[in-house]
Amino acid sequence: MTHETMNAPAAPREGVRLHPVTVKKVIWETDDTFTLQIDLGALGNTFNFLPGQFNMLYVFGLGEAAISISSDASQTGTLAHTIHRVGTVTSGLAQVKRGDVIGLRGPFGAGWPITAARGKDVCIVAGGIGLAPLRPVMYAMLRERTAFERIILLYGARSPLDILYRVELEEWAKEHNVEVLVTVDRGDSSWKGYIGVVTTLFSYIKLDARATVGYVCGPETMMKYTIDEMGRRGLAEDQIYLSMERNMKCAVGFCGHCQYGPEFICKDGPVFALPRIRHLLDRKEL
Amino acid sequence: MQTENLTDILRQHPFLAGLSEDHMQVLVGCASNVRFAEGAPLIHEGEIANKFYLVRAGRIALETDVNARGKIRIQTVGPGDVLGWSWLISPFRWHFNALAVADVRAVALDGECLRKKCEDDHDFGYEMLSRFSRVMERRLEATRVQLLDLYTTSPGARV
Ligand SMILES: Cc1cc2nc3c(=O)[nH]c(=O)nc-3n(C[C@H](O)[C@H](O)[C@H](O)COP(=O)(O)OP(=O)(O)OC[C@H]3O[C@@H](n4cnc5c(N)ncnc54)[C@H](O)[C@@H]3O)c2cc1C
Ligand code: FES
Repeated sequence: MTHETMNAPAAPREGVRLHPVTVKKVIWETDDTFTLQIDLGALGNTFNFLPGQFNMLYVFGLGEAAISISSDASQTGTLAHTIHRVGTVTSGLAQVKRGDVIGLRGPFGAGWPITAARGKDVCIVAGGIGLAPLRPVMYAMLRERTAFERIILLYGARSPLDILYRVELEEWAKEHNVEVLVTVDRGDSSWKGYIGVVTTLFSYIKLDARATVGYVCGPETMMKYTIDEMGRRGLAEDQIYLSMERNMKCAVGFCGHCQYGPEFICKDGPVFALPRIRHLLDRKEL
Repeated sequence: MQTENLTDILRQHPFLAGLSEDHMQVLVGCASNVRFAEGAPLIHEGEIANKFYLVRAGRIALETDVNARGKIRIQTVGPGDVLGWSWLISPFRWHFNALAVADVRAVALDGECLRKKCEDDHDFGYEMLSRFSRVMERRLEATRVQLLDLYTTSPGARV
């Protein structure tokens, strides 16, 4: 089975339509990052997604932004999106309250190729809000625990206050054969965990390079250092998958805004095997 | 017996991988097994640096005083890592504080003893220096990356 068929979009054409959905709950994860829990209403009966896919969230009167789905794909009727407030739309989304209606188009893109990791160890590396699109991967793998060998999650955040999903990270770490290592760039005297960039965590795990699949999500500079480190530890490039989350407009392959050579990030990605997008890592966004 | 055990322990530490048997015996003469309970200090900023540690288990935080902001933790070292190279470079003073943030087991190497052995046996001295240079190079690289503020989202560096 090819990567493309393994993690093909669930319903690509459906995504063009804008659906009104209701905000069920707003959870502030950190000072500037929050999770919107969304009630899909009637859309819930038909809405399916794959871990790694994203929606376009529309704030009426302001515009829309691509946001990954951060909830469990096996849940029906509701969805979660974890959003870092950076500009117009994300600040608009930060203002919404329980009961407010926002617009949603999606799901879009190709997800993480979970099938590629069956029977293998999985090394998930996330930086900052890059943990959000990988949370559904953790849910999916933990639900089918015996289908995978070791699950290693390496997560880097700026400071202890910027760590997402703290409670879940602790719970995952208690699971059999799951290692969760969290590091921050700087901590105060109450922080007893790791300090240093996420790549330093590789020193504290044993990687069986020939039997490991790597999933990486974070800012592109962080991903570059991470894939270098994975390479140094013997992971083959075609065993490494990245999420390339670059600027988007239509999200369905019409406008060409996210096109780099033959690849449309919105419909061929955002998740790609490294050999397909290595050349993009040194290219600035259009 | 005690020395034999220590040699075995040293042989397993990644910092000493591939070290010749002769050099291992030189080193073991300056080594001792140590433990630090969580919260115990290992190094005080400004004091004479006369040791380094090969960490076997636990975690050590390096911190520095940033006057108004209090103590900031800037790095941790853990199993397989080396703590401290100021014993090697004049004026032999520590530039930071270090304390155990989880119970630590390590091998302490006496800096004065080692410096003397490096002087007496230049091959051994070269071996030590080249191993420490690799550690410093990796540490410098990690610090440089840390300064990049890797998790900041910015256009072209999404998420
Ligand atoms: C496939 C995909 C999945 C994504 N998933 C998520 C997700 O799960 N959670 C999430 O929070 N974001 C996610 N993003 C990023 C998100 O789409 C952007 O942050 C968002 O579009 C910014 O829109 P805005 O209107 O708030 O900012 P704009 O108003 O467009 O920008 C305002 C200011 O912020 C700067 N800016 C824009 N984007 C960013 C950014 N990402 N970081 C820092 N500064 C920025 C601009 O240069 C400008 O100065 C994803 C992007 C893609 C393509
Ligand atoms: S965003 Fe329009 S083609 Fe991808």
